Amino acid sequence: MDETTAVVGSPVPRTDGLAKACGSAQFLDDLNIDGCWIGGTVRAQVPRGKLREIRLDPSFDWGRVVLVTARDLPGINAVSMIRDDYPALADLLISFPTQAVALVAAPDQETLGEALAAVSLDVEELPPILTVEDSIACTQVIWGENNIMDEYSIASGNAAEAFETADLIVEGTYRTKHQEHVYLETQGMAALPGEDGSLEVIGSMQCPYYVHSALVKALGFPPEKVRVRQTVTGGAFGGKEDYPSILGLHAALLALKSGRPVKMVYDRKEDLLCTTKRHPSVIRHRTGVKKDGTLTAAEIDIVLDGGAFTTMSKVVLSRSILHATGCYFIPHVSVRARAVATNTPPNGAYRGFGVPQSNFAIERHMDRIAEALGMDPLDLRKKNLLKNGSSFPYGQVLDEGMSAELVLDKVVEMSGYREKRRLFDEENRKNPFFRKGIGLSLGLHGGGFTGSGEETISGSASVRVTGGGKVEVLVSSVEMGQGASTVLPMIAAETLGLDLESVVHHVPDTSVVPNSGPTVASRTTMYVGKTVQDACISLVEQMAEKAAELEEFAGKRFSFDKGAFTAGGNDRIPFFDMAKRLASFPGILSATVQYRPIPGFSWDEASYTGDAYKAYAWIADVVEVEVDMDTFEIMPRKAYISAEMGKAISPVLAEGQIEGGSLQAFGYAYLEDVGMKNGSYTAAHLNQYLIPTTLDTPDFSVDLQEVPFSWGPYGAKGLGELPMDSGAPALVAAVGHAAGVFPEEIPVAGEYLHSLLRGKKQERKAGEK
Amino acid sequence: MKGTFFINGRKEEWSFAPDAVLLDVLRENGRTEVHRGCGEGACGSCAVVLDGTLVNSCQVFAASAQEKEILTVAGLGSIHSPHPLQAAFVETGAVQCGFCTPAMILAAYCLLKKTPNPTDDEIRRALDGNSCRCTGYVKIIEAVRLAARRMSSHD
Ligand code: FES
Ligand code: FES
Repeated sequence: MDETTAVVGSPVPRTDGLAKACGSAQFLDDLNIDGCWIGGTVRAQVPRGKLREIRLDPSFDWGRVVLVTARDLPGINAVSMIRDDYPALADLLISFPTQAVALVAAPDQETLGEALAAVSLDVEELPPILTVEDSIACTQVIWGENNIMDEYSIASGNAAEAFETADLIVEGTYRTKHQEHVYLETQGMAALPGEDGSLEVIGSMQCPYYVHSALVKALGFPPEKVRVRQTVTGGAFGGKEDYPSILGLHAALLALKSGRPVKMVYDRKEDLLCTTKRHPSVIRHRTGVKKDGTLTAAEIDIVLDGGAFTTMSKVVLSRSILHATGCYFIPHVSVRARAVATNTPPNGAYRGFGVPQSNFAIERHMDRIAEALGMDPLDLRKKNLLKNGSSFPYGQVLDEGMSAELVLDKVVEMSGYREKRRLFDEENRKNPFFRKGIGLSLGLHGGGFTGSGEETISGSASVRVTGGGKVEVLVSSVEMGQGASTVLPMIAAETLGLDLESVVHHVPDTSVVPNSGPTVASRTTMYVGKTVQDACISLVEQMAEKAAELEEFAGKRFSFDKGAFTAGGNDRIPFFDMAKRLASFPGILSATVQYRPIPGFSWDEASYTGDAYKAYAWIADVVEVEVDMDTFEIMPRKAYISAEMGKAISPVLAEGQIEGGSLQAFGYAYLEDVGMKNGSYTAAHLNQYLIPTTLDTPDFSVDLQEVPFSWGPYGAKGLGELPMDSGAPALVAAVGHAAGVFPEEIPVAGEYLHSLLRGKKQERKAGEK
Repeated sequence: MKGTFFINGRKEEWSFAPDAVLLDVLRENGRTEVHRGCGEGACGSCAVVLDGTLVNSCQVFAASAQEKEILTVAGLGSIHSPHPLQAAFVETGAVQCGFCTPAMILAAYCLLKKTPNPTDDEIRRALDGNSCRCTGYVKIIEAVRLAARRMSSHD
C-alpha cells in the first residue's frame, strides 16, 4: 500500500485532549443527576455456603431506603455474559466472599451506611475450593460436574513420537497471579427510570451492547425499552468489559424498585476487593530440543483460575491456548488448556486476555532451554522464530506480516543487548551487592475476535452528515483513553478527504448507534475502523449517484477524490457543498455498513484448527534492571521496545499504547499482588496494591515498525493489548540475569527473590559437601 | 458550618460539615475537575494547589482550607485559552483517559514554578505522587519538558 495519506499517520492531537486537560470532561460521578439516590451492596463475606436468611435489623426504619434481593429479579437471576451462570444476586448458594447478596439505595451516604450495617446474613458455611489444584482434584464439586468450566486442546504432528528423538527434554512450570486493572476512575453506573416505563443506564464501560443485553435478560424488558449510554471513561483495560453489566444491573434493580435514578460508584476499596482481575495461571511446559537449539516437540498444559463464575473465562482460555507456543515454530505440539472454578471472585477480561500468562510461560521456558543448552537466549530464539509461511500448531499459515524477526533484530540493535549482557556480567562480578541485568522477550497478539468471531458478531458502523457541517461516526466502540474517538474519525476523515475537525465520534448510545461490537480484543482500529472506512465509501458512492439526479448536474457521472466530487471539466464540488445540495433527499447523507468478511480465511471451531486470527501484531522487549542485593529492591532502568502492528493510524497514540501497556506489564512482573486469604484479596488500598509511579518507570525507547496489513484500514492491525503480552518475561529475565537466579513466578517481588537466592545458596553448599 | 474559599481567584461562600474533606466540598460545589481516584491519599488524582503548595485534597479538612487560595486545573486555562502545560499535554499525547490529567498538570505547574528548567529526574520526583495507569508517564514527562521550554522562552 503506497498511497500517501494526509490525516492517517499524522501527529494530529487527540480530539478529547483539551477537554480532559482543562477539566471540562465529565465522568459519571461528575454528573449532576436530579433526585438521584446512591446504591450500595451487601456481600457474602464467606467463600462458600448456604444462604439461610437475610436478616433486617427491625430497629432501622426501612421506609427510608430501598432494599433489593434475589426475589426482586423480574427476569433470570443471572448477569448474562458468555454463560448465564453468574447470579445477579446470591439466592440459595454463596460461591465467593465478595458475592453480592442484597442491594440498598438511600438518599445519602450516611443513611446508606446505616442501612448496610443493619443487614446481616445467616449462612451455613461449606468447605471452599481455594486453589486450582484442589479444584482439579475435585475435593468439592463447586461448578458443573467436575469444576472444569472450559477445556480446549490443540495438537499438530506427533508430539509423543517426536520426544523420543529429541537430544534433550526440558521441563518447567510457570505461575502468574491475579492482576488488577487500577483504571484511575473506579467502576460506576447509574440507572434512570423513564416515565414511560423505559430505563436508561449510563456509566463507565467498554461494551454498551453487553450491558444492554444483560439488562434485557435479567429485567425481562423488551430491548427497545432499555437504553445504554457510555459516559467519559477513565481507563478500563478490560476491567470495564464484564463488570459494568453487573453494576449496571444492580443500579437498574434499585432504580426500578425505588422509581428514581440510582447511582452506584465504587470507592477504591470496593473496586479492589470486588471487581474482576486477570486470571492466575499455572502452565507446565515440556519441550524436546536438538543440541543446536532447534525445537522439535512441545507438550503444554495450561490451567487458569476462573474464580467462581465464568464471566469471560471461556474466551480468555481460548486465546491463551492459541498463543501457547508464542513466536516460535515447533513441528510437533500437544496443548491442553483448562479453566477451573474456585470459590474466589470471578476473574475476567484484562488487556492481553490470557496471552500475558501463556507468553510469560513460553518466554521463560525459552530462557530455561537456552540455559540448559548453554546458548544465549537470543540465539535460541532466533533459531526458532515463526516466519512468513511457517505454520502455527492449529494449522494456520500466513504469507505476510509475520514480523517476529523484524522486531527482534530491531530491538537487539537499539538496545545493544549482546554487549550489555557481557558488560553487566563483568560489572556484577566487581560489585556483587548492586547488580545489573538485561532480559529479552518476544510476543505476538492476534487482532480481533478469534476464529470466525468477527463474522459471527458482524458489527455495523454508520457515518452521517449533520446539519452543522460535520460528519459523525456512529459506532458502539467507546473511547476509554486508548484513542478510539480520534482514530476512527481519522480513518473517516482520510477516506472522505476532510480534516479531522470535520469528523466527530458520536457518544456510544444504544438508542442511536449501531452495534459495532464490544470495545475489546484489539479490534477497534483493525475491524471497526475498516467498517467505518467502508461506510464512508458507501456514503460518497450514494451521494455521487444521487447527484446525477439533480437538475444542475443532469446526466453527469461523479467520482470522488480528495474531499470533492468531480465530473470532469470544471465540476468540482467539495464534500459539504454537495451534502447541502443533497440535503432534501432522505437517507442519502448517511450510510450504514456491516463488517465485510475478509476472504480467504477459515476456522473450524469443532477441531480448533484453521485461521485463528487474520493478522498478528509483534513485539520485542529488552529490559534493563538494577537489583539491590541487600534489600532485594528491583529497579527497571531501561526498556527498549520494537513493535510491528501494521500501519499506525496515529503514531503518537500507538506509542502511548505501547508505553502504557508495557508499564502495566512491568508492574505485573514485579510489583502488583492482590494477596489472597480465604478466597478474598487482601489488598484493599492502593498503598497495598502498588502500581508503578514515575520513579518506577524505566527510560523508554519505542520503535514502531509498520508492515501494512492488506485488509486493515490503511494497513492497520490491532495493537492495544500487544505490549501487555511481552513486558513481564523480559523484566523477569533481567532480574534473573542480575541476581543469578531463575524466577518461574510473578510477581518476582522481594520475598520470592529472597527465597530463590536462599535456595541457590543451599544448593551451592550441598554441592560443596 | 460556613466558610470562605478563594477558588481560582473567585471568592466562594460554602457550607460544609466540620469533618468534611476539601475534595468532597469542592466536588459538591461543582468543582468536579478535581477527581477522586482513591480517597486515601494514595493516587494524587485529587490534587489541588493550596496557597501555592500541591496537596491531595482528600487528605485536607475543608475547614483548614478556609480563607486560602485554591487552584484547580480549570483555573489554569480553558479549552479556548489553555495554559502552556495543558496545550503541551495534549500535543505530546500525555492525555489518554484523562482521569489523572488535571492533578498531573497541577503537579507539573508547581514544579515549574520552583524549577523552570527541570531535569527528567526532577520531573519524575515531582510527579511521583500522581499515578497514571494509561500512559507509562513517557509522554507526560515529555509534555512537562515541552511546556518548560515554551514557558521559559516566553518569560
Ligand atoms: S483521591 Fe486523593 S490521593 Fe487519591
Ligand atoms: S491518562 Fe488515564 S490515568 Fe493517566
